[in-house]
Amino acid sequence: MDNTLKREIILDNYNNPTNRGLLNKEDYKKCNRNSSTCIDNFNIELKLEDDIIKDIRFDGEACAVATASMSISINKLIGKTKKEALEIIDNYEKMINEEEFDKELLEELIVFEDIHNQPSRKKCATLGISGIKALISEDE
Amino acid sequence: MNYKEDFPMLNTDIIYFDNGATTLKPKCVIEAMDDYYCNYSSNAHRGDYKISIKASSELEKVREKVRNFINADMSDEIIFTQGSTESLNMIINGYFKNKLTEDDEVLITKSEHASNILPWFELENEINIKVKYISLTEDHTVTIDNVINCITDKTKVISLAQVTNVIGDVRPLKEIIKYAHEHGILVVVDAAQSVGHINVDVKDLDADFLAFSAHKMLGPTGVGILYGKYELLNELKPINYGGGMNVSFASPDKIEYKELPYRLEPGTQNIAGIIGFGRAIDYINKIGIDNIEEYCINLKEYLVNKLKNINNVKMYNADIEGSTLTFNINNIFAQDTAIYLDKYNICVRSGSHCAKKLEDELSIKNTVRISLYFYNTKEEIDKLVKALDNDKILEESLGV
Repeated sequence: MDNTLKREIILDNYNNPTNRGLLNKEDYKKCNRNSSTCIDNFNIELKLEDDIIKDIRFDGEACAVATASMSISINKLIGKTKKEALEIIDNYEKMINEEEFDKELLEELIVFEDIHNQPSRKKCATLGISGIKALISEDE
Repeated sequence: MNYKEDFPMLNTDIIYFDNGATTLKPKCVIEAMDDYYCNYSSNAHRGDYKISIKASSELEKVREKVRNFINADMSDEIIFTQGSTESLNMIINGYFKNKLTEDDEVLITKSEHASNILPWFELENEINIKVKYISLTEDHTVTIDNVINCITDKTKVISLAQVTNVIGDVRPLKEIIKYAHEHGILVVVDAAQSVGHINVDVKDLDADFLAFSAHKMLGPTGVGILYGKYELLNELKPINYGGGMNVSFASPDKIEYKELPYRLEPGTQNIAGIIGFGRAIDYINKIGIDNIEEYCINLKEYLVNKLKNINNVKMYNADIEGSTLTFNINNIFAQDTAIYLDKYNICVRSGSHCAKKLEDELSIKNTVRISLYFYNTKEEIDKLVKALDNDKILEESLGV
């Protein structure tokens, strides 16, 4: 994927993120994720039915990379089983940490494959997905 | 003066505009600390040998330099701490906790730093004092009238930054303190952003307590000052007990503590840091505090005028005389702007700048802050303005 397309995807997800706005429903698990080193702050809701992620919502104030990665993660993970989602998240974290990862599995999430070049952005790119991971794992 | 020769960091390709967070250090400060560690490393006020006596003497020289720098009456009124935060916590928990009672009121503002809000909040939780806010003007500053309007029969303390770390205004403290004292109210001054930037004279202000940090005025991190009028300081109960601050301790009912200032300096001090701080004061004195203030005001004016030519910039305190400018680029999150500028090695701060109550006033949570000091230059500002004059800031901040 070339950089122009990557930027387009990131900015599109930043300007029109998927599922922004909380539902405050009882059948959703909830968590907050905020960065100790920067100002990103998300509230996240996740609904599981049996083993499937039915819905993920978020709200909060965050930078472009944090918001876009939250949005792309939501697009990618809704409809997946817990196991599938955790595998995707594991690969995503490997990509951010410059370890070997499965590109095919990540699809659009690979827009952040070079984010390690800007160390201050690594936390932004993982803030939201770490919250999703915690909510899924909580159920294990 | 040749600042490039004096400050190692000015010879890197970094443009440092985060002086409100901490300042750069001149070589003489670093060398003085090295000299202590290399040539007379020892504890102060403990040894009967030459190098320890030298360490003690160098430390006490700095106490005298600080006294002179803020024009205190006695060097016994100068307590070495770890920084403004510790100084403020000592004032609030060592003095006011024992003096205030339920429903007594403390006046602060929403633009105070966390260190001048949280210890008061905790005191409200602990002993039911009331923390109240002096209302700010439209340009987020404090006026004597606004202070007077908030004072009630229950007001016992006013605790204010002399210069705020986000807006950068210099509060009319002399007037406020005069009025407060006429009404039996004590005043605590958070001088973290003012000492080393403007002339601070505790006698002229008639401040009761005052706190500041070495590292925001060319000194090392981990050193701060607590100033208090002798009779008040003498009633400040130590927060920490241990070596160096006692005369004898036979049993719990037979304890004798030292006189000021040592009673409030338990344990081994940051001796190297304090000695370095002494050189920082010398350096500032050499330039002249009034010259520093004037230079920074002019440099901010230059910055504001340049940024006015860029359409997308919203400035929040352009008209405030000082060294701090808070702004945002339209439709760009503050942190994205800061990360974008980092690509050009320009260091600015983004966020709420530890003044989290200020969002109520600014109706915006996060901003970009540029805080200038005397070694910053118009050339550096030109580079900043050139970088900001770009309609692709967001795209270029993304790291892809």
